Amino acid sequence: MKRIDCLQSIYPRLEDCAVVTIMGAVAAELYSLGHRPNFFYLEHAMGLASSIGLGIALARPDCKVVVLDGDGSVLMNLGGLTTLARYAPRNLVHLVFDNQVLLSVGGGAPGGHQWFTTATSTGTDLAAVARGAGIRRAQLVEDLDDFTEAALDAIRGDELACVVARVEAEMPASFHMDVHMLENRFEFPRALQRIQAKTATGGRT
Amino acid sequence: MPVSVTNSELVYDALKGSGVRLISALPETWLVHLVRLADQDRDMILVRLAKEEEGIGISTGAHFAGLRTALLMQNHGFLQSINGIASLALLYKIPLLLMITDRGTMGERDPWQTEGGKYTRRTLDALNIVRDDLARPEEVRGKVAKAMALAQSSLSPVALLLQRDLMWEEPAA
Repeated sequence: MKRIDCLQSIYPRLEDCAVVTIMGAVAAELYSLGHRPNFFYLEHAMGLASSIGLGIALARPDCKVVVLDGDGSVLMNLGGLTTLARYAPRNLVHLVFDNQVLLSVGGGAPGGHQWFTTATSTGTDLAAVARGAGIRRAQLVEDLDDFTEAALDAIRGDELACVVARVEAEMPASFHMDVHMLENRFEFPRALQRIQAKTATGGRT
Repeated sequence: MPVSVTNSELVYDALKGSGVRLISALPETWLVHLVRLADQDRDMILVRLAKEEEGIGISTGAHFAGLRTALLMQNHGFLQSINGIASLALLYKIPLLLMITDRGTMGERDPWQTEGGKYTRRTLDALNIVRDDLARPEEVRGKVAKAMALAQSSLSPVALLLQRDLMWEEPAA
């Protein structure tokens, strides 16, 4: 299963969500599908994407929040899973792309070098970790149909959900992104306000 | 317990007065009453953290969604949060009101608190984070309001160091 195909399968549904994505391949591939101002690309601070998502979800219970995370980032903030579980916002969806390597920070060096694998390559099961942290609805998916069904179901749903997708360790076609971090940082809250306005006027949710 | 209830209430009321609607916290002795006050307040969202750095992310998300926040932590929790402060709050210009208990300073009796206290200030200074001490009850309201104003206008973290003289009441001998 390829990450880009997963992103493509949920992309239309992200229009009215607050989307927080980690840096690197996930950000670049989401961007390549078409940037929207309601996408926030966290280009550093590995591990904190889910915490940002929690902050939005608690502050804006009317707004669906989708966090696009990765195994390397989640492993840097495992405690954060327990905080997600503790407050369990019904409007938060945590999608984790697990490629078993630190791809974007240099762990996926091409040319036959040893890849810098994460512990998910040696048996750590992040869906089980999430369940153990107290996230009742957490599952591992290994093919695109299962991902699409689980992710769309989670976004439609009314419960904190975590979907861990086992994906190939493949570089994105390009890391090019023509949106400056600060531009993105300031457009994102405005986009959230528009989602609010839409909800308040009884528009599409 | 000789943690000052009166002054904890002063600090809490000052936070509320400056518009704080969400507080993230990890407790330490000096913060017990502040955490309890937040917990008992139906108008406050209290997020109990596993580790302080999470609070940087949570406050960022809440800021994006339009809420004012404060972070309650010990200075060792501040030291724990530094990557989040550097590569999220400072990089992305996020306002944070850091309420840091200043342990390991003059009068400290717990040996395990004495290391971090030596360089909390210099670490804040190295990060260019504007800081001030909260030591006297009469300055609490004004300094909290001003710290919040600066955090919001500069889109930066601002730190208030909660002092022993404010938070701790020595029991009568």
